[in-house]
Amino acid sequence: MKDYADAVALAAAIGKKEITARVVVSKTIEKIYRHNPQLNCFTTVTAEAALTQAEEIDAAIAGGKDPGILAGVPFAVKNLFDIEGITTLAGSKINAENPPAREDATAITRLKQTGAISLGALNMDEYAYGFVTENSHYGATLNPRDRTRIAGGSSGGSAAAVAAGLVPLTLGSDTNGSIRVPAALCGVYGFKPTYSRLSRAGAFLFSSSLDCIGPFARSVRDIATVFDVLQGEDPRDPVCTKKPAQLCLPELNQGIENLKIVVADGYFTEGAEPEALEAVAIVAKALDVKERIAIPESHRARAAAYIITATEGANLHLKNLQSRPEDFDPATRNRFLAGALIPASWYIQAQRFRRWYRTQLQAIFQQVDIILAPTTPCVAPPLGQEKMIIAGEEVLVRPNLGRFTQPLSFIGLPVLSVPIWRAGKLPLGVQVIAAPYYESLILRVAQVLEDERTINYL
Amino acid sequence: MDNRIEMTEQKEDFTEYVKQTAQLMGLKLKPEYLPGVVDNFERIAAIASLVNQFDLPEDIEAAPIFEP
Repeated sequence: MKDYADAVALAAAIGKKEITARVVVSKTIEKIYRHNPQLNCFTTVTAEAALTQAEEIDAAIAGGKDPGILAGVPFAVKNLFDIEGITTLAGSKINAENPPAREDATAITRLKQTGAISLGALNMDEYAYGFVTENSHYGATLNPRDRTRIAGGSSGGSAAAVAAGLVPLTLGSDTNGSIRVPAALCGVYGFKPTYSRLSRAGAFLFSSSLDCIGPFARSVRDIATVFDVLQGEDPRDPVCTKKPAQLCLPELNQGIENLKIVVADGYFTEGAEPEALEAVAIVAKALDVKERIAIPESHRARAAAYIITATEGANLHLKNLQSRPEDFDPATRNRFLAGALIPASWYIQAQRFRRWYRTQLQAIFQQVDIILAPTTPCVAPPLGQEKMIIAGEEVLVRPNLGRFTQPLSFIGLPVLSVPIWRAGKLPLGVQVIAAPYYESLILRVAQVLEDERTINYL
Repeated sequence: MDNRIEMTEQKEDFTEYVKQTAQLMGLKLKPEYLPGVVDNFERIAAIASLVNQFDLPEDIEAAPIFEP
C-alpha cells in the first residue's frame, strides 16, 4: 500500500476509490501484528469490528453517499477511552476485572461518525500517572525512533503508534503533559486543547481539575480536522464547555501576519539541555521572533499542579488503595499512597494559586498571541533509566520530563507540541501556546511552520 | 551539621505522620511500602511548601468550576 502523507490524504484517496477502506484496514492490521510484538503500542486490536466497519464505508462510497471527512482512516485510542465491548484498562490490572464498556467514549463516537475506523486500544502508564509508559502489567512501549528508549507518557502507545506509522491518528489524554511529552519524544504532533474544550465522557479520569483529551497525528491539518470533529457540547461531561464550536480547519491557511509571538523566558529556559532550547530557537528563527517574555512563578505553578494531581488521583483510587494496594503498579503505588495523605489546606492553596496564576497569564495574553517554549528538557531517555543529567544536574527522569508542560496545563491553556528534527538526532518538541479557546491561532502558526518545513513528520 | 540534624528529625516526623494519617485514611501500609511512601510524602511536602510559602491575596478564591 502506498504511504499516504496523512489521514486527510488517505481519506481523499478512499473517497476517490483509489483504494478501498477494506484494503487499508487489512494492511493496517498486518502492520500492527508485524510490529506490535516489539513496539508494544497496542493492548487490544479490534480487527474484526474494524473490517466490518471498513466494508460499510466501502458500500457507502459505492452507493454514492458521503462517507465523511475521515472515511476509512484507521485510528486507535489510549486504553483509558471506553470502546464498546472492550474492558477499559486505564493501564491497570485492577480495571481489567471490570465488565466491557457498554458504549464508546464520545470522542470515539464522533470520529466514527466521520468515517474513521477504530483499530483498538493503546498502552499507557497506569492510571495515567507517569511520563514514561513503562507499565509493569503490560510492558514498556518502545520509542519507534530508537527502540532502546522510552516513548514518553502517559499516552506513550498513542504517540508511538503514530510515529511507527501503524495508524495515522490516535487519541490520548493530558493532565500534566501526557500528550505533549510523548509527542515530543516520538517526533509527532500532539495537541492538548483548552481545558473543557473537548468532551472527556467515557475517558477514565485521573485528575478532573486538569484532565483533557486530544489527538496525535502526522500533520497540522490532521490535528485541525480531528479537533474540529471532536468539538461541541456534551451533556455526558459536566466539564465540557457550552461555548459553540469554533472550527479551525477553515482558518488554517490564514497565515500569521499581525500575530504577536514571543519566546517564554526565565523558568522555561532553565533546567533544560541546550538542544531543547535550540529546538525553540529553530522555531523562533523561522517565525522571525526575537522578543522574550517571563511568566512569573511558573515553578510554583508546576508545584501546585503536582499537589492537585496527587490529591485528586489518590482520592479517585482510595478504595483500591485501601483494599488492594499490592495490585497497583509499583511505579505508581507509593505516589498514590502518599497523595492520599496530603492535608486539605495544601490542596486548596494549590487551587487558589491556580486562580492567581491564571490572572498573570491573562495579563500576558493581553499583549501577545502566541508563546513558544520547549516541550521536554531533553530527548527520549533510555528505557529503565531512573535518573538523568540535565543542564549539569542529576534529576529524576519521571517527574522532570513534565517540567515545561505542567505549568501550562495547570491553567488549562491550549498547547500543540510540534516535532523538530535535526539531522541524525532524536526528535524534540516545541510547545506552541495560546490563550484559552484560541486553538485556531496555534494551528495557523503550526501550518506556517509546516509549510516552511521547519516542522514535519518523518 | 545543624542542617543535617534538622533534616534527620524532619524525616522521622514524616514517618510518624505517614503512619498515623495512613491509619486515619484506612490505608494498611505494608512495612515494605513505608519507606517509599515516606520518600514520596517528603517530596510532596517540599513541593507543597513552594505553594504554601506564596503570599496569596485573601480575595483569591479557587474556581469551583474552572473556566479558563
